[in-house]
Amino acid sequence: MNIVVCVKHVPDAQADRGFNESDNTVDRAGVDGLLSELDEYAVEEALKLAEASGGEVTVVTIGPDQAADAVKKALQMGADKGVHVNDEAIHGSDAPATSLILAEAIKKATDGNPELVITGMASTDGTMGVVPAMLAERLGLPQVTYASELTLGDGKVTIRRDNDANTETIEASLPALVSVTDQINEPRYPSFKGIMAAKKKPVESWTLADLGIDAGQVGLANAWTKVVEIAKRPPREQGEIVKDEGDGGTKLAEFLAARKFL
Amino acid sequence: MNSVILSARDVDFLLHEWLDTDALFERPTFAQHSRETVDAVLELAQAVATEKFAPHARSNDLHEPTFDGTTVSLIPEVGVALKAFADAGFLTAGVPEDRGGGGLPTSIISACLAWFHAANTATSGYALLSMAAANLIRTHGSDAQRTLFAEPLADGRFTGTMALSEPGAGSNLSDLLTRAIPQEDGTHRLFGRKMWISGGDHELADNIVHLVLARTPDAAPGTKGISIFIVPKYLVAEDGSLGERNDIVLAGINHKMGSRGTVNTAPVLGDGAHTPGGAPGAVGHLVGEVGQGLPIMFSMMNEARLGVGIAGTAVGYTGYLKSLAYARERLQGRLLGAPPAGPQVALVEHPDVRRMLLAQKSFVEGALALMLYCSRLLDDAVSLDGRAAEEALALVGLLTPIAKSFPAQWCLEANTLAIQVMGGAGYTRDHDVEQHYRDNRLNAIHEGTHGIQGLDLLGRKVLLDRGRALGLLVARITQTAERATAAGGSGEGYAAKLLAMTARLRDVTTRVAVAGGGAEVLAEATAYLEGSGHLVVAWLWLEQWLAAHGKEGDFYDGKRAATAYFFSRELPKVGLWLDTVAAHDGLTTALDPTVL
Ligand SMILES: Cc1cc2nc3c(=O)[nH]c(=O)nc-3n(C[C@H](O)[C@H](O)[C@H](O)COP(=O)(O)OP(=O)(O)OC[C@H]3O[C@@H](n4cnc5c(N)ncnc54)[C@H](O)[C@@H]3O)c2cc1C
Repeated sequence: MNIVVCVKHVPDAQADRGFNESDNTVDRAGVDGLLSELDEYAVEEALKLAEASGGEVTVVTIGPDQAADAVKKALQMGADKGVHVNDEAIHGSDAPATSLILAEAIKKATDGNPELVITGMASTDGTMGVVPAMLAERLGLPQVTYASELTLGDGKVTIRRDNDANTETIEASLPALVSVTDQINEPRYPSFKGIMAAKKKPVESWTLADLGIDAGQVGLANAWTKVVEIAKRPPREQGEIVKDEGDGGTKLAEFLAARKFL
Repeated sequence: MNSVILSARDVDFLLHEWLDTDALFERPTFAQHSRETVDAVLELAQAVATEKFAPHARSNDLHEPTFDGTTVSLIPEVGVALKAFADAGFLTAGVPEDRGGGGLPTSIISACLAWFHAANTATSGYALLSMAAANLIRTHGSDAQRTLFAEPLADGRFTGTMALSEPGAGSNLSDLLTRAIPQEDGTHRLFGRKMWISGGDHELADNIVHLVLARTPDAAPGTKGISIFIVPKYLVAEDGSLGERNDIVLAGINHKMGSRGTVNTAPVLGDGAHTPGGAPGAVGHLVGEVGQGLPIMFSMMNEARLGVGIAGTAVGYTGYLKSLAYARERLQGRLLGAPPAGPQVALVEHPDVRRMLLAQKSFVEGALALMLYCSRLLDDAVSLDGRAAEEALALVGLLTPIAKSFPAQWCLEANTLAIQVMGGAGYTRDHDVEQHYRDNRLNAIHEGTHGIQGLDLLGRKVLLDRGRALGLLVARITQTAERATAAGGSGEGYAAKLLAMTARLRDVTTRVAVAGGGAEVLAEATAYLEGSGHLVVAWLWLEQWLAAHGKEGDFYDGKRAATAYFFSRELPKVGLWLDTVAAHDGLTTALDPTVL
């Protein structure tokens, strides 16, 4: 089975992340970026399925020049080929626009017939988690999201979704789109061999024009959502010290209850 | 990402801004690699070291290996980490391509290994032993030995040991007693006791490949009578399948001050604990020719000693980063003249704490530069032609005792300072730095003690080819000094100091060594080693200063500050050491030990 994985290049959460002052978009140039950790699970799951069933894994990303690193990392892990959609007009795109571009790129990469699309559960920068659903809709595929276990068989995909209080088993006919959580597997490291092999793997670079998308459908100016204001997180406040005068436990419980932790 | 294991920024500076590693990729030997590959490999090393090695460094120390008389048990994280190391390809990434490896330059491998040692030097020990054993068999073994032993070592199915030392033969291997008796089937049977053997038994792998030094019957006395044998824990059939348990078992394990996670063992060979083929005696396979044991072992010495240097450097480095992070956070006291009711300042504000941090920085970053410089010389030796390759090899031979000893002494001193910077906290087991000190203390002892390195340098290396290697070193130092003079500013002063001290080293060397020094001169070999070590590191600081010249920012200012520290506070010590050598006053040779 041939599998497409959507991956995102995000600012390293360990670095000092920030926003562009001019337009309130995430600063992607000023910090080190990496393949979103949550997408590594999607890549790993695709690699495992492809290894078992003998198909190819294609990774698709949208982003500026440095986003190529996310594709490269996935190729180093073992994916077979990459697609990088890179166009200045994409800057500032919201989730609907992102899903539109992804849908067109996936159609082009699979001649209109994707068999299985896997995504992470959310990006570690935007953390909206809505793109998988939008993408499934645009591709006309059933969506099964938040999979912590995935099995294929008989023309269908079955997932387990762990909720707070229960576990659901959900089935969908193939082709389908699945988003996976960080519980589904342990992503592999790239290997030295993988790093060497990745240099020879094909990566397509497409613009909006290549996908037949009009710049007026995407970008900051056409976004349905807008970041209105950004404020730095206030410095951490001094902790509250509870003195134990025999009633320490009660005070602690009251403290937690007041903050709705209990 | 800011790590307290190692500084990726510094590694990048040394490899790219200083050593111009990209130039290697233009040479046929390394043409298949590029900046992109090596950056990805370094990132991989950082990730595996950070996620699989560092997390159990502490518990590896607290739960040291145990031995119940039959089996050695380690904490399970060790095996998981070593599997990740093997799966990532690090066991073979540095092996030349024509020997089935990845052909990465040694300078890159060394930088990767620094990540692993800094994260967890004890667990790294197993992987390094396997790499060294595989390397030796690949270079000196037969085709069959390569297939049966080197390959499984290279993919992590087997692990290796180096079984040289014995209870009565440590620094002086010529006194070793283990015997190897030739058998009709071409194998040997070995009998004897070994001591201090790292990784000598455990359940980490399907098999353990011991490389054992032993004496054949009628062998010449001394070093010429020593041969080297492959002694597997389980016999290996021609088709690679594992057979009977070999007659090599443990008398016990040693309980060490540090590096506890690497099990240290006292193996017994041929006591009849097992009887392979129905008879006692450990089955061994000769590597190379009879009597070639030490030459074969020593052909791997530059790499092995450099490996110890990298371990010492890395453990010093991580201690520096951890004490620095602590000094930036901890508030204590006020600066001179500040109002007593005012806010407390961070430790890093106190001049004496800064002194200790700067000293650490100058030792660990200087040592890392030395490790990568020597590694680069090894790369030059295999990728340049004729004379240039030969010169690189001669120079790395001269620098090897220094590369082994400087970190063992001064990065250990850095670990002491890291404890000192952290005060009481540094002395507790709540923090890592006390363990770093204990772990690092080993590096002046194994792979040739500090004293033995001094003898190697003064008694042998500087004398080879009538002092040719020292001449090459002086020429390179002189070139650096010329560039620093041309750069101007403080470069001129550094250059003058460096040249003066270099002239003194050459002068003392010619007078005492080349002219034929006696026991009184060799008695000062350690002073000579330490003096040349500091001089070489001062030189490499001036090289770093030049690589940072004209560049702005905290990182480069840090390089300039550490250069200033090393030239003003450390380089002058060279004069004292060299004075001792020049005087060779016979204080220790003439001494009557009864007065001690
Ligand atoms: C943790 C650990 C791991 C080890 N791992 C291994 C291993 O895997 N394989 C292996 O084969 N060995 C191993 N060793 C052994 C190590 O190489 C020896 O300990 C070392 O060579 C010193 O030998 P020794 O301990 O017998 O000390 P000695 O040789 O007794 O030396 C004691 C002191 O005397 C000095 N000295 C000795 N001879 C001279 C001389 N001629 N001139 C001047 N000074 C001298 C030494 O410098 C040293 O300071 C390990 C040791 C340790 C502690």
